[in-house]
Amino acid sequence: MSQSSVDVPPKGGFSFDLCKRNDMLTQKGLKAPSFLKTGTTIVGLIFKDGVILGADTRATEGPIVADKNCEKIHYMAPNIYCCGAGTAADTEAVTDMVSSQLRLHRYQTGRDSRVITALTLLKKHLFSYQGHVSAALVLGGVDITGPHLHTIYPHGSTDTLPFATMGSGSLAAMSVFEAKYKEGLTRDEGIKLVAEAICSGIFNDLGSGSNVDICVITKGNKEYLRNYMEPNPRTYVSSKGYSFTKKTEVLLTKITPLSEKVEIVEVAGEAMEE
Amino acid sequence: MTFTIPIDNGDAVKIAEAESQRTLYPYVTGTSIVAIKYKDGVLMASDMGGSYGSTLRYKNIERMQAIGKHSLLGASGEISDFQEILRYLDELTLNDNMWDDGNSLGPKEIHNYLTRVMYNRRNKFNPLWNTLVLGGVKNGKSYLGMVSMIGVSFEDDHVATGFGNHLARPILRDEWHADMSFEDGVKLLEKCMRVLLYRDRSAINKLQIAKITEEGVTVSQPYSLKTFWEFSSFHNPTAGAEGSW
Repeated sequence: MSQSSVDVPPKGGFSFDLCKRNDMLTQKGLKAPSFLKTGTTIVGLIFKDGVILGADTRATEGPIVADKNCEKIHYMAPNIYCCGAGTAADTEAVTDMVSSQLRLHRYQTGRDSRVITALTLLKKHLFSYQGHVSAALVLGGVDITGPHLHTIYPHGSTDTLPFATMGSGSLAAMSVFEAKYKEGLTRDEGIKLVAEAICSGIFNDLGSGSNVDICVITKGNKEYLRNYMEPNPRTYVSSKGYSFTKKTEVLLTKITPLSEKVEIVEVAGEAMEE
Repeated sequence: MTFTIPIDNGDAVKIAEAESQRTLYPYVTGTSIVAIKYKDGVLMASDMGGSYGSTLRYKNIERMQAIGKHSLLGASGEISDFQEILRYLDELTLNDNMWDDGNSLGPKEIHNYLTRVMYNRRNKFNPLWNTLVLGGVKNGKSYLGMVSMIGVSFEDDHVATGFGNHLARPILRDEWHADMSFEDGVKLLEKCMRVLLYRDRSAINKLQIAKITEEGVTVSQPYSLKTFWEFSSFHNPTAGAEGSW
């Protein structure tokens, strides 16, 4: 840095300085460290009384499944939940952050949070990071103005939709929705359709797998159905259980409790200092 | 995708000639093909669009053609390469007819021939930029197979190319079953084509369905599918969320 510059405090916001260095390194042949992505199929749909969100539970690190049963439906407010696809750290951090902001806002206003508030907070954050925060979200909830469902892309654009899918399994799930969605579904029909869409992602997309999580949000009530469906159980479990070959014969059993053998003496003044 | 040909003496003219004659990118392309086996044979569906990059240039391209008496070939990808393949197959069937021995090429033979052609071209770094679907019925046995531009070939009860892989395959895996009737088969194909119409930007609403049975090949007249846009959320998407989009 030039010596004549005054010490200006950093202006805040993301510093893009290292991005140029990273580009130079990748050009020279350095492989960027792979990060934990959630592969993923996440969906949401609006039914008669509210919103249903669904997600698979597989987190991948390149070709390996890092977590067989992770939670992709994040809490934002008692009446708002958000599914996240993309980099796991980004979705966790961003939903956590906005969830805290919403809580403080609730204390300040004394009212329940609205879905568009969460939407605007998330959208502003993601846009300011120009797509580098790799979080693709399906945000759904029911507030005083009714049920809402939005998708938010990593660069900060949003859509308001009656049914939405995101993640690598989004096409498989969307094909189910496009073929079978109708307006005014009942709760059971909605749950069945969401489970079908997630299963379509689980079985047809390699980045998604394991179980189906579902969250049903209606006016004044929410149900978080963790592992609603487990379509991938361990198939070959021995019905006989485990048994080991006969060991050497036991001739005598004698149990001596050790606490009687040890004396514990507390010496005053030599107690451990904290 | 650029391929480098190892040439030892670095003769500029030679390199230029070799490079300019290899297929590097497709220009006029057709989108997905979806096909299933059913009770009496094979059903195949395709739309009639030919895109020139992001322009919809041609709206009357028949991407499914009958080959001989027993087979139907559908292609997605570069249209000019598809026409070249039809020419090769023409020569093949003509030569076969000239033997005049009462035998005719069945779908399995044609599929094998196409696999060899596609794989050989890929090995010379000059591929025919297509994914081909070969369906047919001979001696009562139905056959449905696929060859990609790098020579990957396999046989299955239902196949889809391009975007159909992501959008139609999940539906087919769920709802296809053996010995479907003609009406059920057409309904299933139309379901897949409708999803493709909604979600594939290069799909158009003008499609043909072809059927191959023991009797022969018939390709239907072009028709269009009904679509539904009347969701209440579509009428006023930001009702209750003013300011968002």
